[in-house]
Amino acid sequence: MKGGDMSLVEIRNVSKSYTKGDQSISVLENIDLSIERKEFIALMGPSGSGKSTLLNLIAGLDSVDSGVISVDGLDISSLSQADLARWRALHVGFIFQFYNLIPVLTAFENVELPLLLTGLRKKQRREHALTALQLVSLEDRMDHYPRQLSGGQQQRVAIARAVVTDPTLLVADEPTGDLDRVSAEEVLQLMERLSVHLGKTVIMVTHDPRAARKAHRMQFLDKGVLADAPEDTLTECL
Amino acid sequence: MLLKILLRNAFRHKLRTVLTICGIAVAIMAFGLLRTVVSAWYAGVEASSANRLITRNATSLVFPLPLAYKDKIRSIEGVTLVSYGNWFGGVYITERNFFANFAIEPRVYLEQYPEYVLSGQEKEAFLRDRRGCIAGANLARRFNWKVGDNITLKGTIFPGDWELVLRGIYRGREDNIDENQFFFHWDYLNESLRKTQPGRADQVGFYVITIAHAQEAAMISDRIDALFRNSFAETHTETEKAFQLGFVSLSEAILTAIRLISLVVIAIIMAVAANTMGMSVRERLGEYAVLKTLGFGNLYVSLIILGESLVIALLGGLMGMAGTFPASQMVGRAVGDYFPVFMVTRQTLCLAFSAALLVGVVASLFPMWRASTVPVAEGLRRVG
Ligand SMILES: Nc1ncnc2c1ncn2[C@@H]1O[C@H](COP(=O)(O)OP(=O)(O)OP(=O)(O)O)[C@@H](O)[C@H]1O
Ligand SMILES: [Mg+2]
Repeated sequence: MKGGDMSLVEIRNVSKSYTKGDQSISVLENIDLSIERKEFIALMGPSGSGKSTLLNLIAGLDSVDSGVISVDGLDISSLSQADLARWRALHVGFIFQFYNLIPVLTAFENVELPLLLTGLRKKQRREHALTALQLVSLEDRMDHYPRQLSGGQQQRVAIARAVVTDPTLLVADEPTGDLDRVSAEEVLQLMERLSVHLGKTVIMVTHDPRAARKAHRMQFLDKGVLADAPEDTLTECL
Repeated sequence: MLLKILLRNAFRHKLRTVLTICGIAVAIMAFGLLRTVVSAWYAGVEASSANRLITRNATSLVFPLPLAYKDKIRSIEGVTLVSYGNWFGGVYITERNFFANFAIEPRVYLEQYPEYVLSGQEKEAFLRDRRGCIAGANLARRFNWKVGDNITLKGTIFPGDWELVLRGIYRGREDNIDENQFFFHWDYLNESLRKTQPGRADQVGFYVITIAHAQEAAMISDRIDALFRNSFAETHTETEKAFQLGFVSLSEAILTAIRLISLVVIAIIMAVAANTMGMSVRERLGEYAVLKTLGFGNLYVSLIILGESLVIALLGGLMGMAGTFPASQMVGRAVGDYFPVFMVTRQTLCLAFSAALLVGVVASLFPMWRASTVPVAEGLRRVG
């Protein structure tokens, strides 16, 4: 396996800033972080601290200003846009706060969608998509359109879509942020199963301490730098 | 699957899409109609034969030529047939009933114009009867004429009542042949003139000359005109096509205006379609960002947008093209007196289809560029 005994994700001295007009705002400063294979890590921190930005960098949606991010031994900060897209298609599964299903496709078609880029035959694609839907117990809703599903169901479809390509890495940005308690609990249990039973590496951004408690590890971010957990959050979580 | 996405995207805002499609349909129909007017103008040119020359008075079409020229022209090498005639300019009952009518030397003339199809029987009857006349099928339909009817033309250039008997109704061999013309014997006209206005007798308005080889047209034209140079009635000879074009060029400015308007119509509908696509794509930037997140490249996203635009534009275009037929039929009925041949040509349909295609492509250019250049992370923010 590539990378030998290295961590799955290695973040070395990564900085990122955005320019608004003529002033540049530093969002991430000299971040160093390693995430082990099969780890379930929760990224926490106040709003605007750069959690989503960091997650996007790890997932290859955005590029670093300086520093290196390597995933499974591959330096993704050196890839071109097109190569990065291909890499994402094969290695990363995405779960968003607002589910982001394609509204004109059925649940089944949404799950099948990422497989179009894998070169699988139609029959295999259908089998994989069905398996993924069964994993989230929504095979009976496969012909429903997103608007015909509840928020929790939509998020489970999104999880099925994220895992259908069997990616190395799952990234989730506030996956329970828009859900009620019960649905949130279902989604969290699913994510836990993905981590424990299927051995996926999961990186989850969350504000919700209950969500963070499912993770093996919590990482705090404050104003663009990694920080120790604030007292109150810790006690709430433990 | 991508096809599914673009098709369903096209009809997400049903009202907006339907309105845009209707707009494109109307524009393409207007475009087709305008182009049909233009090609109707050129119908005479299109139908003319490369093997026929027209000789007229060099000064102007309204001055005649002596009948005596006929044999001289006939003797020129390369000339196979010569006939002659006059623009008669008669009206039927009232001035409003305008149509083209000619006094011609019938035997050779009909031989020169095989595209005017008469049954052998009708042709015989026409040639035998000095007062006989023939009319195009459209014209006969317009006035409800039947073979055997008495038809009286009121002369304008040649005053008096001219009593004729309809001996035949001709059809065009092809679709673009004028079926609105009217012909009778030049001899009938000439004999009357001899009695009433001897000064105008034995004069013809034009000669129609058939030549053996079309490529000799210029040479033979020059030879004919040289023959009569410095005579009291000099000639001007040109191909039938050039002769017909001479009529068209009078109205060239109008035609240019019509062409321009048809382009403006397309430009406007392009703007409308581009606006619709722009709105749709702006609303869906988040979805396109999701597709890109999943690893679909700009090519896929662009194809989805282009496809959606083409679906809308081509649906509208096809509807518009279908509508061009009844529309031009209606217009043709209204202006049929002026445009003998008013029909939608294949060329017009091709142009209309290309216009719709162009509208579809152009309308999607800016949205495609936008969806391609918005960074994925930025696009995703729009969802939240
Ligand atoms: N494309 C961008 N252009 C300019 N500024 C940006 C851009 N993306 C993020 N930022 C800024 O970077 C900072 C961090 O944003 P980020 O979305 O990473 O925060 P976050 O920790 O995810 O916050 P939240 O918990 O509210 O989601 C914010 O101040 C934001 O305004
Ligand atoms: Mg965020």
